[in-house]
Amino acid sequence: MALNGHRGDIEVNNDEDETPTKPLRSAREEMTPDDPADEPAGGTATTGGPGASARGASLHRPGTTRSDSLRRSRPPFPWFGMDIGGTLVKLVYFEPKDITAEEEQEEVENLKSIRRYLTSNTAYGQTGIRDVYLELKDLSLCGRTGNLHFIRFPTYDLPAFLQMVRNKHFSSLHTTLCATGGGAYKFETDFRTMADLQLQKLDELDCLIRGVLFTESVVVSDPSECYYFENPSDPERCEQKPYGLQDPYPLLLVNIGSGVSIMAVYSETDYKRVTGTSLGGGTFLGLCCLLTGCSTFEEALEMASEGESTRVDKLVKDIYGGDYERFGLPGWAVASSFGNMLTSEKREGVSKADLARATLVTITNNIGSITRMCALNENINKVVFVGNFLRVNTLSMKLLAYAMDYWSKGQLKALFLRHEGYFGAVGALLELLHPS
Amino acid sequence: RLQLRLAGHGSHSLDKSITLPPDEIFRNLENAKRFAIDIGGSLTKLAYYSTVQHKVAKVRSFDNTAKEASSEKLYEISVQEEITARLHFIKFENAYIETCLDFIKDHLVNTDTKLIKATGGGAHKFKDLIEKKLGLKVDKEDEMTCLIRGCNFVLRNIPHEAFIFTKHADSEFRFQNTHPDIFPYLLVNIGSGVSIIKVESEDKFERIGGSSIGGGTFWGLGALLTKTKRFDELLQLASKGQHTNLDMLVKDIYGGSYGSLGLTGDLIASSFGKSATTDKEFSKEDIAKSLLHMISNDIGQLACLYARLHSLTRVYFGGFFIRGHPVTMHTITYSINFFTKGEVQALFLRHEGYLGAIGAFLKGAEEDNPNQYSWGENYAGSSGLMSASPDINPMQRARSGTFDMLEMDRLERKLVNLPLLEDPSSYVPDTVDLTVDPLAREYWLFCFEDALDGVVKRAVASQPDLPEAVERAEKFRQKYRHKLQTLRQQPFAYGSLTVRSLLDTREHCLNEFNFPDPYSKIKQRENDAALRCYQKAVAALDALGWEEKQFALVRGVLAGNVFDWGAKAFFHSTSLLLLLFVPERPWLVDSYNQWLQRLKGPPHKCAVFFVDNSGMDIILGVMPFVRELLLRGTEVVLASNSSPALNDVTNGELQILTETIAAMDPIIQAGLKEDRLVLVQTGSSSPCLDLGRLDKELTIVVRERRADLVVIEGMGRAVHTNYFARLSCESLKMAVIKNPWLAERLGGKLFSVVFKYELPTPPPPAAPPMKEEEEEEAVFSP
Repeated sequence: MALNGHRGDIEVNNDEDETPTKPLRSAREEMTPDDPADEPAGGTATTGGPGASARGASLHRPGTTRSDSLRRSRPPFPWFGMDIGGTLVKLVYFEPKDITAEEEQEEVENLKSIRRYLTSNTAYGQTGIRDVYLELKDLSLCGRTGNLHFIRFPTYDLPAFLQMVRNKHFSSLHTTLCATGGGAYKFETDFRTMADLQLQKLDELDCLIRGVLFTESVVVSDPSECYYFENPSDPERCEQKPYGLQDPYPLLLVNIGSGVSIMAVYSETDYKRVTGTSLGGGTFLGLCCLLTGCSTFEEALEMASEGESTRVDKLVKDIYGGDYERFGLPGWAVASSFGNMLTSEKREGVSKADLARATLVTITNNIGSITRMCALNENINKVVFVGNFLRVNTLSMKLLAYAMDYWSKGQLKALFLRHEGYFGAVGALLELLHPS
Repeated sequence: RLQLRLAGHGSHSLDKSITLPPDEIFRNLENAKRFAIDIGGSLTKLAYYSTVQHKVAKVRSFDNTAKEASSEKLYEISVQEEITARLHFIKFENAYIETCLDFIKDHLVNTDTKLIKATGGGAHKFKDLIEKKLGLKVDKEDEMTCLIRGCNFVLRNIPHEAFIFTKHADSEFRFQNTHPDIFPYLLVNIGSGVSIIKVESEDKFERIGGSSIGGGTFWGLGALLTKTKRFDELLQLASKGQHTNLDMLVKDIYGGSYGSLGLTGDLIASSFGKSATTDKEFSKEDIAKSLLHMISNDIGQLACLYARLHSLTRVYFGGFFIRGHPVTMHTITYSINFFTKGEVQALFLRHEGYLGAIGAFLKGAEEDNPNQYSWGENYAGSSGLMSASPDINPMQRARSGTFDMLEMDRLERKLVNLPLLEDPSSYVPDTVDLTVDPLAREYWLFCFEDALDGVVKRAVASQPDLPEAVERAEKFRQKYRHKLQTLRQQPFAYGSLTVRSLLDTREHCLNEFNFPDPYSKIKQRENDAALRCYQKAVAALDALGWEEKQFALVRGVLAGNVFDWGAKAFFHSTSLLLLLFVPERPWLVDSYNQWLQRLKGPPHKCAVFFVDNSGMDIILGVMPFVRELLLRGTEVVLASNSSPALNDVTNGELQILTETIAAMDPIIQAGLKEDRLVLVQTGSSSPCLDLGRLDKELTIVVRERRADLVVIEGMGRAVHTNYFARLSCESLKMAVIKNPWLAERLGGKLFSVVFKYELPTPPPPAAPPMKEEEEEEAVFSP
C-alpha cells in the first residue's frame, strides 16, 4: 500500500489495455476504454428535479427536451454513489451510453473529463482500482441506459481523492454526492472544505440492503449475481453454482468489511441489525501485517493460499488423538486457533504463509460460527455473505459454505453475491435517483 | 519437612526451593485414600479423601441415683475421639510434581488404594511417573465430565462459591447466593479452546458449542506478536496496554458514534483494524491488550448467543484463561454485559481451578456416595481466594501460586433450606456484608483480634489436665491471627466476609487444634446455677396477671440473653440483676404491642424456636416462654446447635436440661410426653444461623407439624444474621445488642433491645392491585 509519497493528485494510470480478471459479460455492448471521447456529450439538461440541489436548480436552466416524469425527477449527471468504509472507499459511477447529440453539446467540459477519466482507466493513482469484471452494462436507470462502474480505493487515500475532485472542479457540476458508510460522517467537513462538496449522508445499512436487493434484481443473466457452492465438504467436487434469489426473505445478511455486521432482513424496509463482530476483514489484514510484514489484502491472501493452518492451529485430534466422540467433535476440527504456537520450537517451525492461512481460517470460521448462531436465534436458514473481505477470497467463501453446511447438518445455505463490497455504494446511488 | 526444588527452570522468577512444614500441606496423608489428580497445562491439582480424628465434647447425665451423693452437677462432660471425613485438594505448579509425588509416597501408610483417577490434558504425559512413584494405577476420566461433576459439587456445597466481578467497585467480588436449585446453567470453559456446556442435572449435560478462539489463541498469537512467552506475562502486558492504538473504533470510521444503531464511538469496529493501515511500530502492551479484547469479546458474544438460544441466564466461566485473573474476568464481564444489555451477568467460581480434580475424585469415590452428604468448606485448612490486585500482597500471591489448598469436611447431617423462607433463592443470612463495608470490616476485624487473647486463655483453661494445651492454644492463636490478617488484605477470601464467617473461622481453627468446646465448663456451671432458680422464677411468673406475665416472659428472654460471648461474664448471680439491663420500652425495634395483640388471638399451631445461650438464657428465659406457648396449646420445636460454638447450648446439653426441667415442671413434662415439645438439632456449629443450610431432619419436623411461628433469639442469630430475613409465616426476633458499635450503627445504645414481630408478606392479589386493599394488611385481626 502506497502510504508514503502519494501525491496530491491521483495520477492517471494509463494501462488501458488491462484485461479484466474475468471475461466481460457476454451479449452486452463492449466498453471501449481506450476511446472515450467519441461518446455523445450532454446530461446537464436534467437539472431542477427534486433530486437536484437547490443551488443546482437556480443556476441551470430547466430541461426542455424531455417531459416525462422520470426525467423531471432525474438528478443531473454525474451519477455517483459512494460508500466510505473503515478501510476502503467504494464508488459506483453510472456512465450514460444513450447521450444524444444535443446532450453532448451541452455537456460541460468538466463532466466530460470526469467521464473520460473514469471510464478510460482501470487504475487511478497509486491505489485506486476499477473492478472491470464487475461492470454492469446496458443498465437501465431512471430511464437512461448506461454502464455501472465499480471503483475502490483505500480510505487513507481519501485526501488524494478530494484533491482530485477539487482539481477537476467537481463542485461546479452542482450535483449531489450521496455517500454512506462511517466516512460520510467522519469526512463530511473535509468534503466541504477541501472539495467544496456537500455530502448527502445516508445510513449504511439502508443503503446496503437496498443495494443488494436492487443488484440482485437487475442482474438476471449469466453470471448470476447470487451463487453458492455445491458439495462444500468435498474439495474435489466443490463447485460454484448460480442461485436464484427470487424469493429472498427472510434472509440473514452478513456484511464482512473491516468489521462484521449481521442483519436479519424481512423485506426491503423491514430489517434489523442482529449483532456484529469486530473480528472481520480488518482483523485479518491487521494481524497478517503484524505477523508476516505484508502490506496489502492481496498479498495476505496470496500468502494464505500457500500456507497450511494445521501447523499453527491445534486440532481436536492433536489433543484426543482422533475424534472427541463424547461430544461429536471430529478430529480435524480446530480446537484452539494458534494453539500450537505456545512453544518457541513450534513457533520457529511455521512459515509466514502458514500464519496468514491460520489467520484467515480463524477469522472466517469465527464469522461462520457467529452467523450460524444468529441464524438459529432468528430462525432463518438463508445466509447471504457480502463485503470486501470476500473479494477474490474463494478460500474464505468455501470455508464459510462448508462451515454453514457441516455444523447445521445441511440446514443452512451460504449464498454469495458477485458485487461483494459495492452494495452500500449502489444503495447510495439509488438514493440519489429515487429518494426514499 | 518437604523440600521442593525446581530443576531446570531457572528462567523465571519462582523460588528454586521452598520448604513447607508438612502439617500445612498434604495433611492427613496417613489416612488418605481415593486419590485423584488433574494435570493441566501448568498446574497440578491433587485430591484425596482422609479421615480426621477429632476431639469432641460430649455431655452425659449422671446416673439419677448417684447424683445427689456425687456432686451438685447435673451432667458430666467428656471429650471423645470422633472420626470425620475430609476432602483435601492441593494445587501446585507442574514443576513440583515429582517432588510432591515423592513426598506423598513417603507419607502414605497403610492405604489399600490401588488406583488414582486422572484427568486433564497433562494426565497422559505424567502417567508413567505417577504409576512409578506411587505404585498406583492411573485411571483416566473424561475431562468434561469431571469438570461438570466438580462444578455441581462446589455449587451445591459451598455457599458464596459464585461471584460476579466488578473491577472498579469497593469490593471487586460480589458473591452470589447459591440458588437451592443449581440447574440449569451454562458453563463456558475457556482453556486453549472454548467449550460451552449446558448442564441440566447431575448426570445430564451437553456440549452445545464452542470456539477455537480461546486461551490458546491469546497465548499463541500473543507469543508470536509480542515475543512474550508466558501466559501470565502476556496478561501483565495487556493490563498495561491501550487497545485503541490498534483497534479501529466506531469513531475512527464515523468520527463519532453511529447514532441510529446506538453504537457508541468507543466501540471496537474492527480488532487490529488500524495495524494494517498505520505504518508504525506498536508496543507489546498495546498488542496484548487488543488481543485480549478481541478474544474476550468474541467468547462473550458466543456465550450470549448460546445462552439466548437455550434460554439460560446463569452462565459460569472457567478454564485457565479465567482462573482468578482480574484482567480476563473484567473483559469477559464487560463483554457479557454489552452483548446481553445487562440481562446476564458473567459468574465466576472461587474454586474454579479445582473442578476437574473434584470431579475426578467424585468419579472414583462413587461407592462412598459423596453426593448424599453435605460438605462444608473448612476455613482453617483452605487458602481462600487470592487478591485480584497483584500489587496488594505479592508475597502471599506468589506463595499461593505454589500451593493452594481447599479442604471440605463431611457434615454429619444433610443440610437444606428452611421451608418457611419466603424466597429461598434471595435469602441472605448475613445482615452486614463486611466485604463491601470497610468501616464495619475494620471494626470487626479489630474486635476479633482484640478478643483473641481471651479465647486462647479460655481454650487453655478448658483443658487443665492436658499440659500441651498451652502449645496447641498458641498454634491456634497463630493460625487464627494469620487468617484475620489474610482477611484484612483479602476480605473476599472465603466469600463475603461477615461476622458469621469470622466466628465460623474461629470455630474451625479451634477445632483444628483440638479445642472442641472451650466453654463446656462455664456452660455447665451456668446451667447448674440457672436450674436452681427455675422453679422460683416460674412461680413468680405464674403469680402475675395475664398481660404482665406476657411482658415478663419477653423481658425474661431478653434478660437471659444479655449474658453472651460479647459481654463480659460478670453477671451470673441472679436473673433479677440481669433484668436491670433490659431498658424500658419503647425499645430500639419494638413491635411488642402487635405481639401482645396476637397473643390475644388463637394459639399458633407450632412454633420453631432457634435458641442461643446456655445458662440463664435457655433455662430462665426461653423455657418459661416455651412453657407459656405449650399452655396456649402451641407445639414447640426447640432447635439448637449440633456441636458446640461459644457458650451456645448444644442439642446434647439441651436434652439433659429439658429432662431435668421436666422433672420439676409438669407442663414441660407433659409437653415431652405428649410429643408437643420436641428437640431438634440445626446441623450447625455456628453462633450464627443460616436458614438456608439446616439439618434436613429439622425441616421435615417443621413441615410435618406445619409450623406457623418462627422464633429466633440472640444477637448472632437475629441481628448479625436473619435481621432482614423474610419468612412465609409469623416470626419473632428477639435480641439485646451487647456491642456498642453495632448498637450505634442500628441507631441505639448499648443493651438496646430488638423485638421484631413480623407477619409474612401477603400473597399478591389476583386482580390488578388496588391501593385500599393493599393497605388493610397492616392490621392483624385475630
